[in-house]
Amino acid sequence: MKLVDILKTAISATFRSKLRTTLTVVAIFIGAFTLTITSAIGTGVSSYITTQVSSIGATNAMTVTKAADAASSSSSGPKKYDPSTSASSTQGQSRAVSGQASVLTSADITKISSTKGVQTVSPSAQVSPDYIQYGTHGKYVLSLSTNSALTKADLAAGSQLSSTSTTDQILLPTTYLHNLGFASATQAVGQTVTIGITDYTGTSHMQQATVVGIQNATLFGGGAESNAALTSALESIQKTGQPASVKTNYASATITYKTGTSATAVTQLKNTLKTEGYTGQTVADQLGSFETVINAIIDVLDAFAVIALIAAGFGIINTLLMSVQERTREIGLMKAMGMGGGRIYALFSFEAIFIGFLGSALGAGIAIGVGTLISNALAGSFLSALPGLHILQFAPSSIATIILVVMAIAFLAGTLPARRAARQNPIEALRYE
Amino acid sequence: MSTAVLETRDLTRSYGRGSSRFDALKGVSLSIADGESVAIVGKSGSGKSTLMHLLALLDLPSTGQVMLNGNDAARVGSGTLNRARNASFGFVFQQFFLIPNASVLENVMLPLKIAGVGSRARKRRAMDALKALDMDDKARNRATDLSGGQKQRVVIARALVNNPTVIFADEPTGNLDTTTGETVADILFTLNKERGITLVLVTHDADLATRCDRSIYVKDGLIVGEEQHS
Repeated sequence: MKLVDILKTAISATFRSKLRTTLTVVAIFIGAFTLTITSAIGTGVSSYITTQVSSIGATNAMTVTKAADAASSSSSGPKKYDPSTSASSTQGQSRAVSGQASVLTSADITKISSTKGVQTVSPSAQVSPDYIQYGTHGKYVLSLSTNSALTKADLAAGSQLSSTSTTDQILLPTTYLHNLGFASATQAVGQTVTIGITDYTGTSHMQQATVVGIQNATLFGGGAESNAALTSALESIQKTGQPASVKTNYASATITYKTGTSATAVTQLKNTLKTEGYTGQTVADQLGSFETVINAIIDVLDAFAVIALIAAGFGIINTLLMSVQERTREIGLMKAMGMGGGRIYALFSFEAIFIGFLGSALGAGIAIGVGTLISNALAGSFLSALPGLHILQFAPSSIATIILVVMAIAFLAGTLPARRAARQNPIEALRYE
Repeated sequence: MSTAVLETRDLTRSYGRGSSRFDALKGVSLSIADGESVAIVGKSGSGKSTLMHLLALLDLPSTGQVMLNGNDAARVGSGTLNRARNASFGFVFQQFFLIPNASVLENVMLPLKIAGVGSRARKRRAMDALKALDMDDKARNRATDLSGGQKQRVVIARALVNNPTVIFADEPTGNLDTTTGETVADILFTLNKERGITLVLVTHDADLATRCDRSIYVKDGLIVGEEQHS
């Protein structure tokens, strides 16, 4: 029998018992559908994170914090107080940021800057402005991020902040535009806004800043960002009247290294910082840990889908065993007419593979349809705060892999019935009632 | 008499072992000439079906030899055996063994499909075979929708489609009424006479047996008599 005839015969045999085939296909469908959706989530999230890292992550910067003191939060209770090592932040806000970790003192900053490979160190200043105002449109609460060196903004309009410029620059998120009274992102660029800030003695000051760009919200949240000039201007206002005895500490610092430093050199730098008692994290590291959690969840979902597929595999075995039983005489007849056992085996194997293909192709196809609708609906509503995130992304390669894996499972499931069919004795089979 | 197409020597076939051992055949030697029609006659359990299965190379003997055109069947591989069966033999069974839900044409094409004949050629040859049995107008019908006599004609068409040298017929009229049975028998003997196809007929029907050139009587696994019919 020719291969094409074996294929045709196998396919027509699957449609002979429609209900039974349909039920088996449904079982496979469920598994393939789930696998397609979970793999699409994996692809969607990791591709989003990859684009985020490449678009916003500065390639030559990392955040440095003091390594958390393991003993301070050990199971044996709090560590004994020692005034010489416990440097706690002077500002409540930074205490909240640093949590259990110790803060960086000026001595730490000096030490970090002398580390080999570090080009610049900029401690993250804790600037707490009171409000932001554009023209006469009212005052709004402003949350300002000062470590702009670490990221590149995902711009909706305008340009990036300049760390070398002496102009006081500010970058606003898209969400601020409406409240502040801007008509559009492009209209806002180049405008001057007023920032209100209170100094150490409680006196209010006003600082002008130029809007250079409007940024889309990212995984890092969507606050406003200031450049070095504006940060230092605000910082000096804030410190006005501060007694000399109050030391300024920092929750973290941003260091830069040479652009184009190799990955191994970056790892080495991190290790050096570690031995000195600091933790260095690039944007990729921070997003990577996020991705690890997502991947773990996806792995669990995948495991469930695979369990469903294995169960469906038993469905295939059952279906084909019944088919072999029903077609005992037909098998006997074909063998009597000179069809070899190998061909009979191939016939039933193809039948199994075809059932697997039907289930997986339908499952993947419908998953793509449904998933695209869901993904678009989510991107427009629930996830609209994260533009560019399509939670479900269907990669052709992973869909092909899913279909092939399901067909392989189906083939394995088909081996037992196919062997039984191939081994049938024509005389016994023809005598079978 | 022409050369032997099928020949057996001291054929035995036993099933089971030890105390449950059953000898279906206990040493059968016979020779069937090319173009001959032979009836193997015996009661049920006599071993006549076992003998036919061995002659048709569907089963292997416990001892002894089956020769097809002078070649020992035991010496060739199963692939060659399958091809020999496909190319040289046609089967007509009492229970028809038509594939349900498949069309008459598809049923008739089955041996050619197994032989690997291309789809156009096998359709043409199957239609020719059906035409020879006046069944070409039923080609598109489902095999299960036919009457007993029509089914048996389809089965004969299927046996005929690969131009076999031997047709094995196991109680071909067993499931048919007398008139239809006679028509089917007529068809088989006409094929034997006109196309020179060797006919091996297994039956317990004495009337049918006498229409053959020769009857071989089987009882308890042994040949107990032979009779030439004129």
